[in-house]
Amino acid sequence: MANNENIIELKHISKVFDDGFTAVSDFNLEVKRGEFVTFLGPSGCGKTTTLRMIAGFDMPSEGDILLNGQDISKMPPNLRPINTVFQRYALFPHMNIFDNIAFGLKQKKTPKDEISRKVKKVLELVDLEGFEKRSVSTLSGGQQQRVAIARALVNEPQILLLDEPLGALDLKMRKEMQIELKNMHDELGITFIYVTHDQEEALTMSDKIVVMSEGKIQQIGTPEDIYNEPQNAFVADFIGESNLFNGIMTGTKKARFAGGQFDCVDDVPEGTQITAVVRPEDVVLTDPAQGQIRGKVTSVIFKGIHYEIIVQSGRYEVVIQSTKSASVGDVVGMQVAPDGIHIMIAENHTNFFPVDVNRAHHLEFNGTELHASLTQLVKGSRRGENKELLDENGQVIDPDKLHITAAIEPQDIKMTDDVDDENVLIEGTISNLIYKGDHYSYVINTELGQDFIVDDEYLWNMGDQIGLILPIEKMRFSVKK
Amino acid sequence: MKFSRKTLGVPYALFLLLFVAIPLVVLFYYAFTNGQGQFTFHNLTSFFTDPNTLGTLFYSFLIAIVTTLVCLAIAYPVAYILATSHLKAKSVIIMVFVMPMWINFSLRITALKEILTVLEGNLAFHPFLNSVIGMTYDFLPFMILPIYNTIVKLDGSLIEAAKDLGANDTGAFLRVTLPLSVPGIVSGISMVFLPAMTNYVVLDMLYNSTYIMGSLIGSYFSAYNWHGGSMIALILLAIICVFTLVSNTSGEEDSRAGGALL
Amino acid sequence: MIRKTLRTLVPVLTLVFLYAPILILAFFSFTNATQIGMVRGFTLKNYITLFTTEELRSMIVGTLLLAFGSAILATLLGTLGAIGSFYSKKGVSSAIRTVNQIPVINADVVTGFSICILLVVVFGISKDTYIPLIIGHVTLSAPFVYLSVIPKLKQMDSSLYEAALDLGATPASALLRVVIPQIFSGMISGFSLAITLSLDDYFIATYTKPATFDTISTYVVNATKGSQTSIKTALWALSTVIFVIVILIVIGMNIKAAKEQKKG
Repeated sequence: MANNENIIELKHISKVFDDGFTAVSDFNLEVKRGEFVTFLGPSGCGKTTTLRMIAGFDMPSEGDILLNGQDISKMPPNLRPINTVFQRYALFPHMNIFDNIAFGLKQKKTPKDEISRKVKKVLELVDLEGFEKRSVSTLSGGQQQRVAIARALVNEPQILLLDEPLGALDLKMRKEMQIELKNMHDELGITFIYVTHDQEEALTMSDKIVVMSEGKIQQIGTPEDIYNEPQNAFVADFIGESNLFNGIMTGTKKARFAGGQFDCVDDVPEGTQITAVVRPEDVVLTDPAQGQIRGKVTSVIFKGIHYEIIVQSGRYEVVIQSTKSASVGDVVGMQVAPDGIHIMIAENHTNFFPVDVNRAHHLEFNGTELHASLTQLVKGSRRGENKELLDENGQVIDPDKLHITAAIEPQDIKMTDDVDDENVLIEGTISNLIYKGDHYSYVINTELGQDFIVDDEYLWNMGDQIGLILPIEKMRFSVKK
Repeated sequence: MKFSRKTLGVPYALFLLLFVAIPLVVLFYYAFTNGQGQFTFHNLTSFFTDPNTLGTLFYSFLIAIVTTLVCLAIAYPVAYILATSHLKAKSVIIMVFVMPMWINFSLRITALKEILTVLEGNLAFHPFLNSVIGMTYDFLPFMILPIYNTIVKLDGSLIEAAKDLGANDTGAFLRVTLPLSVPGIVSGISMVFLPAMTNYVVLDMLYNSTYIMGSLIGSYFSAYNWHGGSMIALILLAIICVFTLVSNTSGEEDSRAGGALL
Repeated sequence: MIRKTLRTLVPVLTLVFLYAPILILAFFSFTNATQIGMVRGFTLKNYITLFTTEELRSMIVGTLLLAFGSAILATLLGTLGAIGSFYSKKGVSSAIRTVNQIPVINADVVTGFSICILLVVVFGISKDTYIPLIIGHVTLSAPFVYLSVIPKLKQMDSSLYEAALDLGATPASALLRVVIPQIFSGMISGFSLAITLSLDDYFIATYTKPATFDTISTYVVNATKGSQTSIKTALWALSTVIFVIVILIVIGMNIKAAKEQKKG
């Protein structure tokens, strides 16, 4: 049964390209009439591909797209009552503004006087009265943007698709256009589907945000939901700046992470392994004595309206936004109010940890070289004459600009009490253990300050000093530039 | 059939197959068969054993090499001087150098022939010299243009950098400009060398009765000897292939077509 | 000082080399001389012969018809081929690009001879049908049209075609109304290149033309062998006429380019 409120529904949409690359997998979404929906995610997450399938430029490999309950997934783009504002506007350079805007109406054989009336009206809407005879090349980027919007809107589409429409504008122009687009949406009542990688843009404009990563939906929700209640570490990390800590529930609404004990508002059973999300603006700097945790200031940067302060607490790095400054080297205390902590149950306990790229351009963790291929990891890269890492343009890649995260499952880590074993990558102390029926789940506080979660069928004791063996073949790596 | 942009290419793909690819296959077939349709190496072996045809091959190379060197010796200085001049109307002036390309070559050679006749009295006294002059006259613009295009696009700051690092004018030219203009030289050479081996009409018109490779095809054609002609065409193709492979490794791709004519 | 003199002298002498024969011939075309050097008086006789002799007139008209006809065909085929291969899969488009390159690098003698063998010897098509000649000239020039259109397609914003579809145009009208205007300048330069190649060709015409038909090239080459004086001097006039036309075209192009530069 088609829901009358929904203008468009995407059901189990997948897109696999000819070269075997899966751009989108099992994408499900319902969009209500008149909603402002934003697809948000890093480049390559499949958001543009999804938009192109709605527009009709790409056909889904699987699944249905229902427009007002009718399947349109095989319908060519020229027959869909949907119009697009393209990333680089795609204005026809050989036509003037009038002919650009009138293009769609002419295809529908609209009478001439009606065309000129409609073009005039839509030019007023985008504040470009009297621009009919101008040529595209004489317009500024912002004006071209408005023409592109007008050209789409004049066809009175049921849905307006916008593919990173503000990406080419400068910051000031972008802010202005954000407000204008939002006003236009409220005024016209047309459904907008908007694609962006800019989380701030998504949070300001949308009724509903779809956060995507690697072709999959990570979370769908209102901007408030997404910001305050991220469902997983990816969303928390991508939306706004946040501190993510692995930890464990130690009592009713009590959690232990980052080397401290905190009260929180989420009621999660004791012993549950969690990821705690703390926004930088929710960390309050105090005297060392009053802090729930303490640390030393390592960096202070003035950001115009606040200071961004980085504090090293044990092995944890805490990012803080504060209106008060501090000096590098200060020892400070930090407090987080219960409602400043968002607890996510770590549904899988995958351990994520950063690895370095050393001077010889090899992966390194805790001083040990990892024998994994960096060229396979970094797309388009290759080794130069001196074994240095080059990007697709042949430029040497700066190791400091590569942020590589390794992931390993708890059951793939082995514990040993022989800490001098050559396979031991890192040492730590058992700080918690839970019996999970057929195995024990351990929390290991390591020398780097990071907690690892390890599954083992044998019983070890709290406080045991152990070495962790992390087999390289079980690690998965991801690159963030 | 459903309309798609890809299917638009079908007629041209078929055209290329039918009139470019298949003719080469037919050449192969004729080159290695005799009049009775039997397979034979005769055409190949007779070419490489007959002193006359070998002499023709040698003479073609000689004319082509000399013509190419003369063209290069004239074209490089001209192209360099024009490209590095501070004249505003550079692009107009280079057009004046290239313009003869658009006048029918047979008419231009006719003009040259009249002048040479007056200068030499009888053209038959200097057949080789006249042929080289004729070919140079015909092909010179094809050498000037690609070299000019390469030098004019060179980043001027490279020369300044070389001088900043202590090179004098000559040093900067030898170590920066000249190596960087190699792609233009290569594409110029390929525009001149191959036509010089095959364009036998220039020789005919200037009363040089010695054969070059192209003349062999012409004479087999007149004698309706398709098998012999095909073998010569095939040998020329082989030379062209080798030449193209060599120049592609040192020059830019498509520069022959793109650099000089487009 | 020497250097400065050389910088002027070398280009000037080269220009003298390139233009002296044409200009001297142009001068003598207005005289009654039958050989360069002996001027008895000025006359337009050569020009009258050129435009009144039936043989010469039909040769010139034939050459022009062949050039325009084959250039139109080559532009159509080459443009469609470029669009098709540009939007095809990598393997297909690189196959087309490779075969397209063969006539470009091949010697014209070989191209002409191979087409003659295929069409005349193997398929038995008579040269009198003009089919081998037209196909020969299209084969010569279509690859250059392809090469001039492809860069325009690469430069074009790929979303333009999609934008036209998005606004309700059918694929065919999107191509006609949006893509073609974008690549039109490439088609024009391909077309003019095709004209030049056809006008200048000797070898392909020799191997594929009907015995009774002549292009300017084949006619001039034959005329220099058995020379009938009045025809020979009429060809001086032809050379002069073509020279003037080329100059006019070049001047026109420069004026147009200068105007566009001012505008843009």
